[in-house]
Amino acid sequence: MAPFYELGRFGDGMSLVVAVLLGIAFGWFLERGGMGNARKLAGQFYFTDLSVLKLMFSAILTAMLGLFWLTWAGLLDLSRIYVPETFLAPQIVGGLVFGVGFATGGLCPGTSCVAAATGRKDGWALIAGMLVGVFVFGEAFPAISVFADSTARGAWTLPQALGLSYGVVVGIIVAAALGVFAGAEWLERHAERPAQPTDVTV
Amino acid sequence: MSTIAAGNALGATTAEIRVRARREAAPYTSPYLAGVGIGIVLLLSFVLMGRGLGASGAFSSVVTATVQAAAPGHAAGNAFYARYLVDGAAGPLGDWLVFEVLGVLIGGLTSGLLAGRLRWTTERGPAITDRRRLVNAFAGGAAMGIGAKLARGCTSGLGLTGGATLSVGSWLFVVAAFAGAYAVAPLLRKAWQ
Repeated sequence: MAPFYELGRFGDGMSLVVAVLLGIAFGWFLERGGMGNARKLAGQFYFTDLSVLKLMFSAILTAMLGLFWLTWAGLLDLSRIYVPETFLAPQIVGGLVFGVGFATGGLCPGTSCVAAATGRKDGWALIAGMLVGVFVFGEAFPAISVFADSTARGAWTLPQALGLSYGVVVGIIVAAALGVFAGAEWLERHAERPAQPTDVTV
Repeated sequence: MSTIAAGNALGATTAEIRVRARREAAPYTSPYLAGVGIGIVLLLSFVLMGRGLGASGAFSSVVTATVQAAAPGHAAGNAFYARYLVDGAAGPLGDWLVFEVLGVLIGGLTSGLLAGRLRWTTERGPAITDRRRLVNAFAGGAAMGIGAKLARGCTSGLGLTGGATLSVGSWLFVVAAFAGAYAVAPLLRKAWQ
């Protein structure tokens, strides 16, 4: 029965080995998908290259369906899986600020590591900026903690919020994602097309 | 890689190898395929650990470790840093996400190396200078640092992990992030096109 670490099947030392191995695979697939290239990522915001959206939704769909089926088969205890907690107002405001930074920087925190690892100086600059931003937030935290900790809803899930069953919500998201994929393909065909980063520079 | 090895065998100079590697950089994998790969890694993380992937949390640990080293009392007295203060010899740097992000660096490097995509360069639009691009990257990073900490996660910890576990706040964060990005994208057109 999964999850193994949560159920005491291996210890803290082993969990760190698992962390490195999972990270390696995560970084590998991000790089393979071109997510270490800020020009490619920025195409997302001009409808010329929607790889970010396609990759994110493919990943969410895969993991979501995996969790659903493993739970259905009785192989996984879903109640032991960590669900990121909801803080409505801070997450909406934080998301907007994050998005402005994403379009400006062209990379997100995870992909900046891949960009930096493959020699992109902008990846390193973005990492430096992130560290400064986190430090600024940390120093400002005592002043803004009332807002940052507000509208807490705990581990609140879409099935609970919508009053629908787990399976129905999974089905809706699968259908929506397929629509998003079709829309993304259409948009890429119809967007005005500036130079695409093909990574063949000579 | 095979062409680089062959180049070496023929006594090619480093510069020649670099040019060759550059010309023969492999095309990127389909985003759908890479996405399914990441989805399987994420699922493995749930199955093995009971938690998903992340990124920005590791940045918090690094900042907290630095603050703690410089001013231990200041770190302990701040509720934000206190979240990342952990007991044990390694301190905040012993956190699970720090190890995971270390892996991301190794995995990205390995993949880039094998695909001939390692390059000490600055990715930017053709209309701006390298310096401008680096300033933008730094400023964007700073905004993301603040936004991610306010939201308690980023495109990995909320977007992927929260997306797959159907967390309400995570889905709101993703919608807000894309809204914020698309709102300012027209102003930044010169930086990218």
